[in-house]
Amino acid sequence: AIEEIKEKMKTVKHKILVLSGKGGVGKSTFSAHLAHGLAEDENTQVALLDIDICGPSIPKIMGLEGEQVHQSGSGWSPVYVEDNLGVMSVGFLLSSPDDAVIWRGPKKNGMIKQFLRDVDWGEVDYLIVDTPPGTSDEHLSVVQYLTAARIDGAVLITTPQEVSLQDVRKEINFCYKVKLPIIGVVENMSGFICPNCKKESQIFPPTTGGAAAMCQDMNVPLLGRVPLDPHIGSRSCLHGHYSCHSLFKEKPETGRRAARWLSVHKGIQEFCNLHQSKEENLMSS
Amino acid sequence: SMFITEPGNLAGVQHIILVLSGKGGVGKSTISAELALALRHTGKKVGILDVDLCGPSIPRMLRAQGKAVHQCDSGWVPVFVDQEQSISLMSVGFLLQKPDDALVWRGPKKNALIKQFVSDVAWGQLDYLVVDTPPGTSDEHMATVEALRPYRPLGALVVTTPQAVSVGDVRRELTFCRKTGLQVMGVVENMSGFTCPHCAECTSVFSRGGGEELARHAGVPFLGSVPLDPELARSLEEGRDFMREFPKSPAFPVLTSIAQKILDATPTQPS
Ligand SMILES: Nc1ncnc2c1ncn2[C@@H]1O[C@H](COP(=O)(O)OP(=O)(O)OP(=O)(O)O)[C@@H](O)[C@H]1O
Ligand SMILES: Nc1ncnc2c1ncn2[C@@H]1O[C@H](COP(=O)(O)OP(=O)(O)OP(=O)(O)O)[C@@H](O)[C@H]1O
Ligand SMILES: [Mg+2]
Ligand SMILES: [Mg+2]
Ligand SMILES: [Zn+2]
Repeated sequence: AIEEIKEKMKTVKHKILVLSGKGGVGKSTFSAHLAHGLAEDENTQVALLDIDICGPSIPKIMGLEGEQVHQSGSGWSPVYVEDNLGVMSVGFLLSSPDDAVIWRGPKKNGMIKQFLRDVDWGEVDYLIVDTPPGTSDEHLSVVQYLTAARIDGAVLITTPQEVSLQDVRKEINFCYKVKLPIIGVVENMSGFICPNCKKESQIFPPTTGGAAAMCQDMNVPLLGRVPLDPHIGSRSCLHGHYSCHSLFKEKPETGRRAARWLSVHKGIQEFCNLHQSKEENLMSS
Repeated sequence: SMFITEPGNLAGVQHIILVLSGKGGVGKSTISAELALALRHTGKKVGILDVDLCGPSIPRMLRAQGKAVHQCDSGWVPVFVDQEQSISLMSVGFLLQKPDDALVWRGPKKNALIKQFVSDVAWGQLDYLVVDTPPGTSDEHMATVEALRPYRPLGALVVTTPQAVSVGDVRRELTFCRKTGLQVMGVVENMSGFTCPHCAECTSVFSRGGGEELARHAGVPFLGSVPLDPELARSLEEGRDFMREFPKSPAFPVLTSIAQKILDATPTQPS
């Protein structure tokens, strides 16, 4: 399968994994924003793959709940949010959102293999892979299946507290263990600006110096910090009109909020371009 | 009594409470830790079994990192968290060489360790055993439920945050409980609302009300909404006893009332 996947991935320029040891720190939110942010440039083809088999949240975050995947001659077609942004998730294969995918490791691995081998992405600039929390079967499998096809690297998401940072340290060691390059760390939910008085509070206090201190300690880059934003946190499919897409559109108020995300995206793009030129050098030498 | 007929190391345990949620980071470990502290302050003996193998949080939250488990004839001796020895804890955190080591294991190996955690820890007499689970509905959960199923009474406490994505995952968790025959003791909504310390305005950072709606929809008890409380977060970071040291904090009254509801629903005999 590894060879087949390598062949399949020939049309995918960059592959980015979004990881975190801790649950609920914003991996899926970040993956969705990154996908939308990169796809703002209409010449960039973006693919978002959700390998959280047991708790897929990408369909809801992208506003694609209830969508189905179609079988085409060359495999499964992703669900397209924009012409240049395709999405694949196990959520598209469930019959009801209440269905629990209670699968053990081997079955999950089979699903991930299918996602990597059988989805018809076409020519893609960025493949963003949203992962479940922790270091489990899913992570081992995706790394294993993709190594032959080369992964650019991993973006690690954390929140400012030590309870979360201690899990990121584990995740960094996981990356070393499986030889996965680290693009950098993003600190999410970093401070909260009260919409009423505009003063800042640390709801999740960085008692040990936050991601900045941890990054310095472990010698990995900090890509940026993103604050707690009620527009993101209170989104719901019923009454929320928030979409990550709209964050990157006009309005000076949102514009300022978007800047924090966009600078992180830029860091990631730069890393990938560097990665690419290094590989080209390798090939030509 | 009915407990004597049950074999092994869980024979002296009166109630087992599994803390679950399909979603990560909603506060399972927080609720597990504070529930244990609250029960302990009413004089109960409490054990905590932390089956989060990839990201154990309880040792830090109860300031027990770096302690060691010992072996005895009937298995592992759990770590006592407090001087009075009223809370005992077993976690993979006590078995790792270095605290930052990642446990990179596939399902079967994890399942084996969980089975051992359930059968080989010498808990002694406990009024409550609180089981903190990892995020998701994966191998660890099934292994835990399977291993604990022979022991009664066993109930699940389902934790959620208010927002829809999370509630979606928690709906799947309730399906999991139904499919595996786990009795749901109640739903707790966590991180509902933040009151600004500067101007007292309350913002629903993560929306609001989802937990109660979910409980009603599933026909299970709703136990309360715990607000976002920086003092709670800080107390957990520093491994302090929130239920004793922060009675004026916003989260305190509801955490107390949740513990009381659990006490009311689970009569214990004096041991
Ligand atoms: N910066 C933010 N401001 C406010 N809310 C946020 C922010 N980032 C994420 N959230 C909210 O926090 C919750 C958790 O985020 P998300 O689902 O992206 O985390 P995750 O790491 O993918 O979780 P899991 O480990 O369960 O996969 C979501 O409800 C999301 O809307
Ligand atoms: N009510 C609250 N107010 C403020 N902070 C909170 C609250 N509840 C939890 N937290 C903080 O949020 C973070 C996540 O909580 P916790 O670790 O308990 O979640 P979890 O569900 O156990 O996560 P995981 O899925 O990774 O095991 C912790 O740092 C905790 O201190
Ligand atoms: Mg996610
Ligand atoms: Mg936890
Ligand atoms: Zn304010």
